[in-house]
Amino acid sequence: MKKLPKTDVVVIGLGWAGSIIAKELADEGLEVIGIERGPWRDTARDFNVATVTDELRYVMREELMLRTRQNTCTMRNNPSQTALPMRTWGSFHPGNGTGGAGNHWAGITFRFQPEEFRLKSHLTERYGANAIPDELVLQDWGTTWEEMEPHYMQFERVAGTSGYAANLNGEKRAGGNPFEGMRSGDYPTPPLRQPYGPTLFAEAAKNMGYQPFPVPSSLVSEAYTNPYGVTMGPCTFCGFCTNYGCANYSKASAITTVLPALMRKENFTAYTNCEVLEVLTDSSGKKATGVTYIDSSGDKWEQPADLVIVAAFTFENVRLMLLSKIGEAYDPVTNRGTTGRNYAYQTANGVTLFFDNKNFNPFIGAGAVGMGIDEFNNDNFDHSGLGFLGGGSIRVTPIGSAPIGYRPVPPNTPKWGSQWKRAVKDNYLSTMSIGCEASSYTTRTNYLSLDPNYSDPHGRPLLRITFDFAENDLKMAQYCTGKVAEIAQSMNPRQIVAKPMSGHWNSVPYQSSHVVGGFIMGADPSTSSVNKHLQVWDVPNLFVVGASAFPQNPGYNPTGTVGALAFKAAHAIRHYYLKRPGEMITA
Amino acid sequence: MKKRAKTLPGVTRRQVLTWTTLGVAATVTQAADAVSLKGTPGWTPFSDNPPESFDQQGWLFFTPEEAQTLEAIVDRLIPADELSIGGKEAGCAVFIDRQLHGFYGTFERLYMQGPFHQGTPQQGDQSPLIPQQRYRQGIAALNRYVQQSAQKNFADLQPEQQDHLLQAMEAGKVHFDGYDAQSLFNDVLTNTMEGFFADPIYGGNKDMVSWKMLGFPGARYDYRDYIDRHNENLGLEPISMMQWKARG
Repeated sequence: MKKLPKTDVVVIGLGWAGSIIAKELADEGLEVIGIERGPWRDTARDFNVATVTDELRYVMREELMLRTRQNTCTMRNNPSQTALPMRTWGSFHPGNGTGGAGNHWAGITFRFQPEEFRLKSHLTERYGANAIPDELVLQDWGTTWEEMEPHYMQFERVAGTSGYAANLNGEKRAGGNPFEGMRSGDYPTPPLRQPYGPTLFAEAAKNMGYQPFPVPSSLVSEAYTNPYGVTMGPCTFCGFCTNYGCANYSKASAITTVLPALMRKENFTAYTNCEVLEVLTDSSGKKATGVTYIDSSGDKWEQPADLVIVAAFTFENVRLMLLSKIGEAYDPVTNRGTTGRNYAYQTANGVTLFFDNKNFNPFIGAGAVGMGIDEFNNDNFDHSGLGFLGGGSIRVTPIGSAPIGYRPVPPNTPKWGSQWKRAVKDNYLSTMSIGCEASSYTTRTNYLSLDPNYSDPHGRPLLRITFDFAENDLKMAQYCTGKVAEIAQSMNPRQIVAKPMSGHWNSVPYQSSHVVGGFIMGADPSTSSVNKHLQVWDVPNLFVVGASAFPQNPGYNPTGTVGALAFKAAHAIRHYYLKRPGEMITA
Repeated sequence: MKKRAKTLPGVTRRQVLTWTTLGVAATVTQAADAVSLKGTPGWTPFSDNPPESFDQQGWLFFTPEEAQTLEAIVDRLIPADELSIGGKEAGCAVFIDRQLHGFYGTFERLYMQGPFHQGTPQQGDQSPLIPQQRYRQGIAALNRYVQQSAQKNFADLQPEQQDHLLQAMEAGKVHFDGYDAQSLFNDVLTNTMEGFFADPIYGGNKDMVSWKMLGFPGARYDYRDYIDRHNENLGLEPISMMQWKARG
């Protein structure tokens, strides 16, 4: 192993979180090195308009995802089972290369609501401690809306997020999401124009007394230049969005909004196709000294640094901490340890509406174009007597209808033959669906740990996921999907098929990549891994940033909050840590 | 820590670009050079990152007998009728042949390290066999089964007999010697649908037949003129990546 010259900052992962922090710290004048496991991604070459519209390559063969040969997870539903490796990605899609999972995301950019950051306190105040089901281990985030809001603002301005503010500096405005927290500024770009499906849904929802709003979207609605001086082009509703990179520079990602500016900094260097093996600490264990990584020829290097920022995907953040023995590994039996605890996912529900005489042109779409309602999300409705907590964001977002994956037919249709073909043709243009992306609340036995049986090509243990849906979440899914079905019924389709999440978590069909927790933030070091600045308890020059910090998952997409946390960590480093390096408890 | 806040000149000036190759290919089949990037990496106009496709004639993986069997199957899964040509003419078997010849055929991107255990349904496909082995062993087992019961190959059965056997395979009601019949059916169905609906560049979906059948306009990339035209038949002819390529 060869030791390289020391740098000020080493950042692991050049997706959203890592790129933002690298940019902010490079702006501060620090020497920053970013280490990325995957390749360099470039819009012009990798997402060329002549080759990007390829469903086989990007969806079926998972071109932008981490190769499971490089690294995968093992999974099981409960601690009594033996976990087996996910040999192909199904349930979720970890990304690969600069931009990370933020290249193939949908672009839906919600802020979490103010009460989510103090969920346990909020629910206790409203319903009493006894109303929280015993199986749940809910926690507060150790931060507040007031501390988060400016950083949401920063992320939206970098991403060019489109939307309509319903609560602008306390002024309530009709047409936006009435449940959003108070915003200090409007969305950078106006809402996207809407295809037919979302429009029809919004009319139906409004007729039932709900308040529909355009889904906030980081697919910009008009040409936009962000505060880093990077320009994006308007979304063309091409329908090759989720799972694909964007050829138009419309979908915000680190490669379209941050890296073009970051790469121009003389004090920033990116290492690509280099995989970090371990975060190093000194003999006291209270100071990170750098990282070791392996390049693609198999040579190992040590990169010393004064500050270490771990900003990979949820799974790799947690695995690196376990491999580096940072914090105490969580044990569900003793309920001790914090590294790996409070892993949560999301509860995917949907209702499909088959019509006879409508044409939705479902190929017109984008990951985040759509209309939604939030009356049944989180704690926006009274849960008294319902027997569960949480809820979901109900919305119609036509992401595009490339036909290997999108061929809606009524249940019990044969899967092949002439009868199948007739059904596919008859329903392709005239079907729509309403989704309900709902919360996932943590339990004691849902956690992340190192697998004892399976290892990666470097001989290090894979990460093991132990997860199943909480009873609470399954009850919530039934209730909320029922509400969606009522709206669907009012639209008078020929047939409605409602699918609430039910049964065990299945790793095979895609659900969402919104995997969170495992290295969570909080105010108490006995139940959290990082403080509100994303600084690791007891290792003050180490920051772990990403959705790994969420103590539970609300019914919203995580990326806006991941971006906000990245800016929050960068802000704390710039304004407090650099002046007085050490633990930032009271800052 | 030292402070230094220099920004390299913008696009109007020559950009500094340093590519330091730290290593060579990570695997035999796919180069993945570790590089150290400083400055804005340049790109060549009209350079792209093309899909894996093969222009050679003839079967690249299948033997003639395997190809004949597979063409017979795909023609039952997607029969020729008033809606479209059949799976064989659409190129579904050619598509599968090219896929098996390429990176998919060996699962070179997938985690194939043991130990292999059956697992629960929630744990997904845990077979140690790669697609090339699955097709080779599966088609052989299918033809052995048909030989034993009817003294001919699958391709020589009547269409109704073929449908009947495929339905039994799908439902797990028939067992072949040496290979799981239902697993073969599932793989062939999945790959046939991929071939029928994927871009024609991969060898199937001849003349975009499936896209025309559905009304899917393919690789068009801009619907800004259409997004406000609700509930309308837009009458858009499909475009394939091949056509983009031809435009240059």
